[in-house]
Amino acid sequence: MWQRIRFLIVKELLALWRDPRSRAILIVPPVVQLIVFSFAMTQEVTSVRLAVLNEDLGRPSRELVERFAFAPYFSDVRALKRDGEVRQALDSADAIAVLRIGEDFSRDIAAGKPADVELILDGRRSNAAQIVEGYATNIVAAYNADLIAAGGLVHPPSVVVARSWFNPNLTARWGTVPGLIGTLTMLLGMVVTALSVARERELGTFEQLLVSPLRPIEILIGKAVPAFIVGIGEATLILVIAVLALGVPFVGSLALLYAGLAVYIAAVIGVGLFISSLVATQQQAILGAFTFFAPALLLSGFFTPVENMPRWLAPVTLGDPMRYFTVISRGVFLKAMRLAEVAQNLWPMAVIALVTLSAATWLFGRRLE
Amino acid sequence: MPKPPETSSAARRIGALVRKELLQVLRDPSSLLIGGVLPVLLLFLFGYGVSLDLQNIKVCVVVEQTSPMTTSFAASLAHSPFFSARWVRDRRQCEGDLVAGRIKGMVVLPASFQAYSMRSDDAPIQVLVDGSDTNTAGLVQNYLVGLWQNWLDEEQMMHAETMTPPVNLVPRIWYNPAHESRDFLLPGLVALNMTLVGTLLTALVVAREWERGTMEALMATPIGIVELLIGKITPYYLLGMAAMALSVGTTILVFQVPFRGSLLVLAGVSSVFLVAMLAIGLLISTIARNQFVASQAALILGFLPATMLSGFLFEIPSMPLPIRILTYALPARYFVPSLQTLFLAGDVRAVLQPNALAMGFIALIVLGAVARVTRLRLD
Repeated sequence: MWQRIRFLIVKELLALWRDPRSRAILIVPPVVQLIVFSFAMTQEVTSVRLAVLNEDLGRPSRELVERFAFAPYFSDVRALKRDGEVRQALDSADAIAVLRIGEDFSRDIAAGKPADVELILDGRRSNAAQIVEGYATNIVAAYNADLIAAGGLVHPPSVVVARSWFNPNLTARWGTVPGLIGTLTMLLGMVVTALSVARERELGTFEQLLVSPLRPIEILIGKAVPAFIVGIGEATLILVIAVLALGVPFVGSLALLYAGLAVYIAAVIGVGLFISSLVATQQQAILGAFTFFAPALLLSGFFTPVENMPRWLAPVTLGDPMRYFTVISRGVFLKAMRLAEVAQNLWPMAVIALVTLSAATWLFGRRLE
Repeated sequence: MPKPPETSSAARRIGALVRKELLQVLRDPSSLLIGGVLPVLLLFLFGYGVSLDLQNIKVCVVVEQTSPMTTSFAASLAHSPFFSARWVRDRRQCEGDLVAGRIKGMVVLPASFQAYSMRSDDAPIQVLVDGSDTNTAGLVQNYLVGLWQNWLDEEQMMHAETMTPPVNLVPRIWYNPAHESRDFLLPGLVALNMTLVGTLLTALVVAREWERGTMEALMATPIGIVELLIGKITPYYLLGMAAMALSVGTTILVFQVPFRGSLLVLAGVSSVFLVAMLAIGLLISTIARNQFVASQAALILGFLPATMLSGFLFEIPSMPLPIRILTYALPARYFVPSLQTLFLAGDVRAVLQPNALAMGFIALIVLGAVARVTRLRLD
């Protein structure tokens, strides 16, 4: 029996590896995606353009504008001349925000009256706008503190010491790359499994397999193991690039990461086989796999925290293996997560793997009769 | 028998091909999955599930010594909708939770809190965030610092330490005054849904024809290359526009996202985008010989860049230069801001015209490449 399964595994691996295009697809895109996305996926907002309409002629307003111009967040601070240009600058998305200083600004400051400055933000880029608003608040607060200190009246307000653990400079790549290991492995692992059965069905070679001495469970093992090998290989490739080329620190235990990977890939393959036991064609298999992948990615906590999601959606995330793997991967990479904490995220994935694999076996057997 | 005029027979050939393709698409339940189910599913996930505003984020507050000040700060934290806080005496009680990812951050009020809280020479509180989840960590940090600043302002107001700041920043958000993240995410998602139909479905269906050899059979008929392209593109164009109508309808009617542009302009801009994406789908399927390669290529060239590199989730100006250059080749980069403008701002010519032209240019180049590659493959 093991002999037969081994032959099938070798055949499956050869089928994937022999075609130069399939081979290229297994290696090139994950690497390119890893590199491009790890640099692109940042919530930081830098190098955005700001426009300023300064109707005041005094020194204080010029000083404030200069502080904006020298801030590291803006690539360009453009001066507007007329009020009408404000709408134009925002409408055309030329600037993400316009700072408007009224003509009474310097007079108000001199008189000790609170002076308003307006910051008009482009709500179409709501997220970036919010961050820019935060920058502007800080710049104005620092300006205020200096004005007060120059007056020598009161102590400037105390500041919070904010520190980030595990990633002191909040380098976005350190957080995204461990997450991408899960994403890219799932994308490839699921499509490889979902397609392997569907392709044979479509080409009619599946019947040949069935008349061979292989039993359904043996065929299933023969389909799962190659996908498992491909998945582990893929993850290893990404891991090596992440640490050696992208400089993401790895402080935890490699054994724990691989334990997490093994269970995660088993769960992914379970879903893939489940899909392939339902569908008749490759097209259906790919689209089915994708219908699982897109929500799994969105609900994994990779982009937004799971706590942010509404209560009724929370139970759905419990069935998402990527949710658990993202915690393990980030934890082992950056936080030296220990066995006890890894295990808490390991067993839900094991349950998912068990359920999907047995469901796939059952469906598979039933469709053969 | 008189020969029928050339144009009408071309139209008939195209019509027949379009009908065949449409039937093929509509008969397969997976087309319905990608054209109907998935767009709505994604809209609901983004509409309800993916919010970039913090809510109920679990944090741990370490109060080393209780005082009226700490109680007052605790109350303002407890009232905040952004956080759900747990209170402990010793920071060691929470450090494990931060490692395990059960909390996203810690606020430490040291025993010296009371004495120093009003002066700048010593920092009274510490904010520690989990840097392994960088996006959330940055947000949590900002929100906590903001919360502290507000509390401090109120506290000082009460203690009559007159500290009215000389300059007061008044933020105003145009187009989306409520900062509703749904309002700018869902228009971007429409682009994603059309990418799925345009690239993934087209690439798969046409790759199957090549895989099975029916493409060669088709080329043996009197149909010309341009007719073939029109015949292949039209059905998926119709399906893509249907998916768009469904997405736009759901966005406006179910999620109450305002639509300030005109539907005609929307249809025009969307058509240009869709043709570009269909052309990319055709090109992929012609080069890739099987559905596995075609599907992966469609995801890599269509879906993932539309998510990650279009400015939909991440700001393009903040990306490093080589990636920024890369985004110029992606139709989604032009379509996402067009949609956000049409939904939230209106028919702004300064945004829509250059973007539509850029997409049209990409469409022409890719269509030319498709015609060339198809001809080459048949020779």
